[in-house]
Amino acid sequence: MIVILKYNSGNVMSVRVALQRLGYTSVISDDPDIISKADRIIIPGVGEARSAMNYLRERNLDSLIVSLKQPVLGICLGLQLLCSYSEEGDTRCLGVFDASVSRFPEGAMVPHMGWNDFVSLNGDPLLRGVVVTDDVYYVHSYYAGVNQFTTAVCDYCLPFSAAMRKDNFFATQFHPEKSAGKGELILKNFLEL
Amino acid sequence: MLKKRIIPCLDIRDGRTVKGVSFVDLRDAGDPVELAKAYADQAADELVFLDITATNEKRKTFASLVEKIAGAINIPFTVGGGISSVDDVSALIKSGADKVSVNTAAFNDPGLITRLADEFGSQCIVAAIDAQLIRGEWLVCINAGTTVTGTGALEWAERAWKLGAGEILLTSVNSDGTKAGFSTDITSSISDRVNIPVIASGGAGTMEHFREVFAETSCSAALAASVFHFGEILVPDLKKYLKENNIDVRI
Repeated sequence: MIVILKYNSGNVMSVRVALQRLGYTSVISDDPDIISKADRIIIPGVGEARSAMNYLRERNLDSLIVSLKQPVLGICLGLQLLCSYSEEGDTRCLGVFDASVSRFPEGAMVPHMGWNDFVSLNGDPLLRGVVVTDDVYYVHSYYAGVNQFTTAVCDYCLPFSAAMRKDNFFATQFHPEKSAGKGELILKNFLEL
Repeated sequence: MLKKRIIPCLDIRDGRTVKGVSFVDLRDAGDPVELAKAYADQAADELVFLDITATNEKRKTFASLVEKIAGAINIPFTVGGGISSVDDVSALIKSGADKVSVNTAAFNDPGLITRLADEFGSQCIVAAIDAQLIRGEWLVCINAGTTVTGTGALEWAERAWKLGAGEILLTSVNSDGTKAGFSTDITSSISDRVNIPVIASGGAGTMEHFREVFAETSCSAALAASVFHFGEILVPDLKKYLKENNIDVRI
């Protein structure tokens, strides 16, 4: 069973229909029992860090998420929530990745919106089959810098984490569910890990 | 490198595409979902759906169409047309739209942009601006381009950005439908003034027009309708041409 984490985020449906197109059914839930039993968990994201963390804390989902042993994929805000801190709303986040999230510097065009590429660093199985000339869809105003968990780097004003991984926790700053065929490949890689 | 985007725009009335479409052998060229899928397969970067349904009553069908589109395509899309409240936007976002565009309602009530940005995030909110050159001055037009206001397009674009819009969809009323090229002057002024992406719209007739708007302005995307719908320009050919002319696009 694939669970898409339900929280106050905008694109839960987008992820669900993307999985449907790949032939997978999923459940949208914030029920700890259902999440614990899932084979795969996706934390989607378009939203605001502070209100998202409040939603998770009110339901004690913060401690549950960090204890998960099955593959977890955080997308966009999902990646940022898996970090330890976000400048957005001065928010303490889940802390799976010991890394912090900052706003793009003054003068940069934000959001970073559109198709951009990335360079894979160490053969993350999540990104198998995607090469440096491929583009994926980004839309975000905050970023996690390059850190020990970075598995792919994108350059926009400065280098930042396009993808990160720690053990069973995978994350992308871009939106695989909106990234045409290459995005579908990445979702498939995650589902078939 | 962030790529320049190519965006086909579809006009929708009562749930059907309005303009005739002949670029590809579709079973039903009036079906927005089929057309959207065809464009996504051609590597269009995004799509815009503009609901020109006349009455609010009939507009209710739009949200269910948006849901079908979201289920069918794997690229981002914006919906617009007659949006005037947080509730309107909420229904469209829940149906799977990535962004919404607001035009006349936002001009008449600029606070709407801020309310929408606060509720859904700036990245969802596109300020659509129709601009017309009158006696040397680019002015904002509202009510589907039929009413000229006394407000400068540059001034309104800057205000919309500061109010929280995440993107500007700039249509030149003078160029729209002429196939004589984008209005690069106003596109350039606005793209240089605001620090959010600007989509140039109105006037695309040839592949050279797209090269020109990207080379001469700092716009992030270019939008067109009929040249794509009638197969005069195919998205893959256009992107190949732009790449050969040193414009970075997604192939």
